[in-house]
Amino acid sequence: MSNLIKALENPAPEHPQLHPGDTVKVHVRIVEGNRERIQIFQGTVIRLRKGGNDANFTVRRIASHGVGVERTFLLRSPRVERIEVLRSAKVRRAQLYYMRNLRGKAARLKEKR
Amino acid sequence: MKGIIGKKVGMTQIFDENGTVTPVTVIQAGPCYVTQIRTADRDGYMAVQLGFEETKQQRLTRGQLGHLKRNNLPALRYLREFRLRNGEAGVEEGQKITVSYAFAVGDHVDVVGTSKGRGFAGTVKRHKFNRQAKTHGASDRERAPGSIGATSTPGRVMKGQRMAGHMGDERVTAQNLEVMVVDDERNLLAVKGSVPGAKGGLVIVKAARQRKGRR
Repeated sequence: MSNLIKALENPAPEHPQLHPGDTVKVHVRIVEGNRERIQIFQGTVIRLRKGGNDANFTVRRIASHGVGVERTFLLRSPRVERIEVLRSAKVRRAQLYYMRNLRGKAARLKEKR
Repeated sequence: MKGIIGKKVGMTQIFDENGTVTPVTVIQAGPCYVTQIRTADRDGYMAVQLGFEETKQQRLTRGQLGHLKRNNLPALRYLREFRLRNGEAGVEEGQKITVSYAFAVGDHVDVVGTSKGRGFAGTVKRHKFNRQAKTHGASDRERAPGSIGATSTPGRVMKGQRMAGHMGDERVTAQNLEVMVVDDERNLLAVKGSVPGAKGGLVIVKAARQRKGRR
């Protein structure tokens, strides 16, 4: 039965494979009135969710004044123009929620080599 | 003729080219066959009887098979009637009805299904009654219905008083759902929003009764 649902879903876009702990740049298409521009959101992937058209991922970044900002993107949305993986970190969790309680030096992740 | 029989496949969401997300229910709709036409002269009303889902011959009674054989149709598991409005385009007996024949993207439809059975349900679940206090001395009263009437006047419980009882497993219609996808190749139909019933449940899709397409 679920194969029938898959038939209607968008083909998976050709983004690089994401992993929790990756530092990414997400290029998002933003429509303002009739103008369209690309906004870049850079941060750490703290969560990946699978599920066809519902697949999404959450990126956390520390904005000015040390305020944490998290944004969730739908992986297959045409609004997500491009994803760049800048670096990958060695993490031992699938969901990095503990990053929310860490700040400054403690909130660093070890790079994967 | 705007109507088709199908099975609920499940829900997903689809993107349009701008990235707007719409929740949809996918229905495996048809192919259906016109098994009989009811006419005003003979039957007193106008309707089309559709059959859906081929099955093994031995699953049907001889009477059912004979009914289908009149138009040389295969053994069909479900037969349902669709009323025709005056002047609605007619069809012929034996004709095959596919999704694209019945509906186009942007149409508005009503979807009839059988809601999921909830068994014997209390008033909180069944009628959205409020729960009572968990504390302040209350014991065993959290989900009790409360008062069901006055005392000696009227001395009985009013008819229609909402109480616990069987919930679900009844015919429910979801009205005015927009058709988002029509896929003739796979006999799939996707409508905006949810549709009553469990996955795999039989659903009847017909033209919206209240409003024929917005704007």
